[in-house]
Amino acid sequence: MSQPIPIEISTQYTDVALIGNPNTGKTSIFNALTGLRQKVGNYPGVTVEKKTGTILGPNGEQIRLHDLPGLYSLTPKSMDEEIAREVLLGDSDQELDIRLIVVVADAANLNRNLYLVTQVIDLGIPIIVALNMMDSAKSEGVDIDVEALSDRLDVPVVPVIASRQYGLDHLHQTMFAQVKAPKTRKEAGTLTLDASVNDPLTPVIDWLGEHTHLTASAQTAEALRVVSSDLALESWRNGHYPEACKNDLEVAIQTTRNHLEEKEIPWRMLEAKLRYEQIDDLYEHTVRENPAAAQNLSIRLDRVFTHRIAGPMIVLALFALIFQTVFSWAEGPMDAIEGGVGAIGEYVVTQMPGGMLQSLIVDGIIAGVGAVLVFLPQILFLFFFLALIEDTGYMARVAFLMDRLMKSLGLSGRSVIPLLSSFACAIPGIMATRTIASWKDRLVTIMIAPLMSCSARLPVYILMIGAFIPDTPVLGVFSMAGVTLLAMYLLGITGAIGAALVFKWFFMPDAPSTTFIMELPPYRRPSLRWVFLQMYERAKVFITDAGQIILAISIVLWFLASYPQSEDYDTTAARDRIQQSYAGQLGHFIEPAIAPLGFDWKLGIGLITSFAAREVLVSTLATIYNVEEADETSVDLRVALQNETDPVTGESVYTPLVAVSLMVFFVFACQCMATVAIVKRETNSWRWPIIMILYMTTMAYVASFVVYQGGRFFGFG
Amino acid sequence: MFKKHQITQTPIPMLPLDELKPGDKATICLIQGTTVEEALLMEMGLLPGTAVELIKRAPLGDPLELRVRRYHLSIRRSEAHAILVKILPDPSTINQ
Repeated sequence: MSQPIPIEISTQYTDVALIGNPNTGKTSIFNALTGLRQKVGNYPGVTVEKKTGTILGPNGEQIRLHDLPGLYSLTPKSMDEEIAREVLLGDSDQELDIRLIVVVADAANLNRNLYLVTQVIDLGIPIIVALNMMDSAKSEGVDIDVEALSDRLDVPVVPVIASRQYGLDHLHQTMFAQVKAPKTRKEAGTLTLDASVNDPLTPVIDWLGEHTHLTASAQTAEALRVVSSDLALESWRNGHYPEACKNDLEVAIQTTRNHLEEKEIPWRMLEAKLRYEQIDDLYEHTVRENPAAAQNLSIRLDRVFTHRIAGPMIVLALFALIFQTVFSWAEGPMDAIEGGVGAIGEYVVTQMPGGMLQSLIVDGIIAGVGAVLVFLPQILFLFFFLALIEDTGYMARVAFLMDRLMKSLGLSGRSVIPLLSSFACAIPGIMATRTIASWKDRLVTIMIAPLMSCSARLPVYILMIGAFIPDTPVLGVFSMAGVTLLAMYLLGITGAIGAALVFKWFFMPDAPSTTFIMELPPYRRPSLRWVFLQMYERAKVFITDAGQIILAISIVLWFLASYPQSEDYDTTAARDRIQQSYAGQLGHFIEPAIAPLGFDWKLGIGLITSFAAREVLVSTLATIYNVEEADETSVDLRVALQNETDPVTGESVYTPLVAVSLMVFFVFACQCMATVAIVKRETNSWRWPIIMILYMTTMAYVASFVVYQGGRFFGFG
Repeated sequence: MFKKHQITQTPIPMLPLDELKPGDKATICLIQGTTVEEALLMEMGLLPGTAVELIKRAPLGDPLELRVRRYHLSIRRSEAHAILVKILPDPSTINQ
């Protein structure tokens, strides 16, 4: 469900937060600990994904583990970090009472990971450090004295290799032991501050002491954080405090900054400077690096994968291969689902009396469920590859290679994989935008993804090209048909570029320019378990969240195509039924509006019914023209379209110009209820899917108008 | 080639990080940039005094790949331009 998961306040549960830097294997640990006992939803009011799982203890006690978004620090720079901060600081709408924090650190990259670890320790909540990827650290010559690290940090440190299930039992035991009898640290915080820094912080510490429930060490750390950067102040400003109270905080911060300036201590990012000084010291005493260890494998792999010529070619070749594989793998299951749904429908027809109820069940509900299920093979197979690309670390390389191109659209390299995926199907493409950290970038990517020509447009293109575009050679090697098809793809891309620019600069002029400071994680062997979980999770989200909307729209479309019911329903031919239906009437009604595009009312019916999915246009036209068992390659349907003449003038209704105009319409129009449903799910509101329908339909109308009227002006058709 | 005493006497000039060549190692002197960039970079461990190496440039010259604190980071030229560094003398040059 897209609604927030209700938080039941229950004494049986202990709420535990799982946090860590991105690329530390945090999600692998979450999956290993919770198995399939997970719930995925959104945090209330925002689009940050909320994952919660249950862990059972030895005596039946339960931990509710909350997988917080990956973050580098508690200074909020994105929606993800803001949410994680709210949950951990307990000052939030999230209503969670976190009793224990498990912070995951990458052993091979410990120095930087210790930044978040020490920040979290300073919150004063019981904590366990899970030191993951001990094997990578070892092979890279990083030797960590775990006991010394645990002593110096004064918290339990559990070495783990999540990919090999090593150390997870120990982590599990430590978690329940910590929940039962939390270990308190000897000293409150990790930060040892000189009086020269500590004294000036007093006014801010006092404010936090008065207005929050933070522990003493958390007050000091948070005071240093708000003084160091205005970003942390911003999040207090957005909190539920009276205006006067917020002003007090600002005054306190300014007083502190002035004091520090008097002592010639630069306050900007002071927290980072002080922490890293202490981290470097800690690291030196607990970690030995052997520089003679094997040369970094990732550097060698990147000589090929991010090579200036080979790199981009590999990206294109890989995606060509993925599309080919997804299409060939998905074809069988999709046919089977369509066949199965059809067979169930036919069985129901034999088992119950005809009439509207039968029609509702067969053509409305069963067909609607089929419309949801038929997307599953493509989603599953595409996510199989996307999860592999992400888990190996290659996704960051694609972003690195393509960032410069995307920057000119105001986006970053992170948008490349969702957009490329959308050439297969916009639904997994839109679901893949989760890896984009910036919300504005993510939104623009979601909005333009459906302009990539997806596989559902192919039947429409193939029918129209087959019927009206001659196969004449162009420049010797190409054919007119092939060139037309290519033109449709390029038109979609061009439209997406234009739309991205308009969205970025017209709708979001105040958006900060995108940063692209992104870690390039080491290449890792992918975990098939993680890959399959990822596929399962995406499929589940699609069926439960988008499925309801798709089913509801299917029933509305069925209603439009079936009512008003004629008296002799069963004896009326399907062709006449659809012409007399509301959909048929709507077709007539919109005919004046679509006539300038070259469309008659029959195509109007097709435009209405194909809101379900683009390829439905083909079956609707087949029904209208009374062609049995037609698909896009059906000769009968092509001939029927070619022979259609205007009863008054006797001229052909469909000319090659009308065919091109219709194809152009389908390049831009948002004719896919599943896309609308998934955009609603991913943006957590109806606002963006409605804007999407409006802008894409407008674009489609204008483009078709220009094509048809321009074509007529220049004497085509 | 410089002689040893020249290197120690000549103050090493500061230059923006994006002007390094692949393989150059340098020490960070100063980080400017927007509030968000500054916070991101410093929290990811790029501070005055931190050693940084330019590994490579992406095919179109932008972004850059850096190595810092044993990990690799991609950063745009515009962001790198706001970081001032001093190139560490190449050890092979010093030894001559």
